[in-house]
Amino acid sequence: MNGEARVVDPAQGPAGVALAPVLYDPRSRVDSIVDLIGNTPLVRLRAIEVDCPGVELWAKCEFANPGGSVKDRAALRIVLDARARGDLPEGVRLIDSTSGNTGIAYSMVGAALGVPITLVMPENVSAPRKQVTRAYGTELIFSDPMEGSDGAIVHARRIVEEHPNRYYYPNQYANDSNWLAHYDTTAPEIWAQTHGRVTHFVAGIGTSGTIMGTSRRLHELGRVRCVAVQPDDAMHGLEGLKHIPSSLVPPIYDERVIDETLWMPTEEGWDMAERLARDEALFVGHSAGANVAAALRIGKQLAAAGHSGVVVTVLCDRGDRYFAPLRWEQHYVW
Amino acid sequence: MATVRIPTPLRKFTQGKDEVTIAAASVRELLANLEATYPGIKERICDETGAVRRFVNVFVADEDIRFLENLDTAVKDADEVSIVPAIAGGR
Repeated sequence: MNGEARVVDPAQGPAGVALAPVLYDPRSRVDSIVDLIGNTPLVRLRAIEVDCPGVELWAKCEFANPGGSVKDRAALRIVLDARARGDLPEGVRLIDSTSGNTGIAYSMVGAALGVPITLVMPENVSAPRKQVTRAYGTELIFSDPMEGSDGAIVHARRIVEEHPNRYYYPNQYANDSNWLAHYDTTAPEIWAQTHGRVTHFVAGIGTSGTIMGTSRRLHELGRVRCVAVQPDDAMHGLEGLKHIPSSLVPPIYDERVIDETLWMPTEEGWDMAERLARDEALFVGHSAGANVAAALRIGKQLAAAGHSGVVVTVLCDRGDRYFAPLRWEQHYVW
Repeated sequence: MATVRIPTPLRKFTQGKDEVTIAAASVRELLANLEATYPGIKERICDETGAVRRFVNVFVADEDIRFLENLDTAVKDADEVSIVPAIAGGR
């Protein structure tokens, strides 16, 4: 080499492979990580689609949110709305009882916007779950390990009752900001990304925020059939999803908003999560697996009837979020 | 009699009890006797072949039966048997 600088055509890779032209994307330079929440890509599931010829299957990559899950959208909107209402003045902490994606989302949004966060979780949740939230500066309070997540809810409520001036308890199950986040962002994104071609929207119920907000808006925008997914039994392994008949019904859940409910066996959701990793290179969590399994069921129904369709669903988070073993799961095999 | 800890979603079969006592020498026998006392509970724990469902963990004295003798794992009178869905909990 003679030491001369080599000029590389920016549209050519080092081996002369053509790269996509570099366009200016305003989101490639932002003021705060919260500006990266939402506007997630829509990916076509071509390898799954072969099972429903003539029907397109698309999935919203919610794992691409900076906190790693769909929960970033609700957490941001809940915090912004609470601040605007004056529910989160200086010195007041946001408290909630979650060890999952919502806890991580609150922790990230809280750190970004200067809102102190307290999370109540059962003492036996895995060390990584504690460490991820603590890394953002979140305060953790532990509840009785034998009482599970319901025990954490009760514990959080007791703390709020004892110190009403110190904490703000947003209660995502009853908070309109939760579904409004999807009404204002997820739905219009899907509409734009499919050029208004979306015919079906499919999403599982956790708090019901995603399905409520997205369905309400899509129904206003066009003729879109909105389908909710629930575990087929109270005893299930689809983490993040709720079996409504055996649960406390979230106050924001309104059955009239959805057109149909599909009941998903745990095994079908788990199998699809594994297939997505192998066939689509999408390593996602079990709730995402359940969503795609339900989307495929709809695709097959349409294909069998000779119809076409554009079915959109949601990939809630990544599979690696569930690697951390719990005490009870120390030998858990994915 | 072994003590069996029942998870919340299965308590509708046990009249709300979070703990029941069942006489059995193995996990297989324990599940059969559990079904005899509380009809309908076993199919929530086991699939149609009788194997424990993939998302259900059964522990005998805090040890996962998948890493013991599975359904043939011995159950002693003083043992505590836990039936736990594989969900990390929390949202």
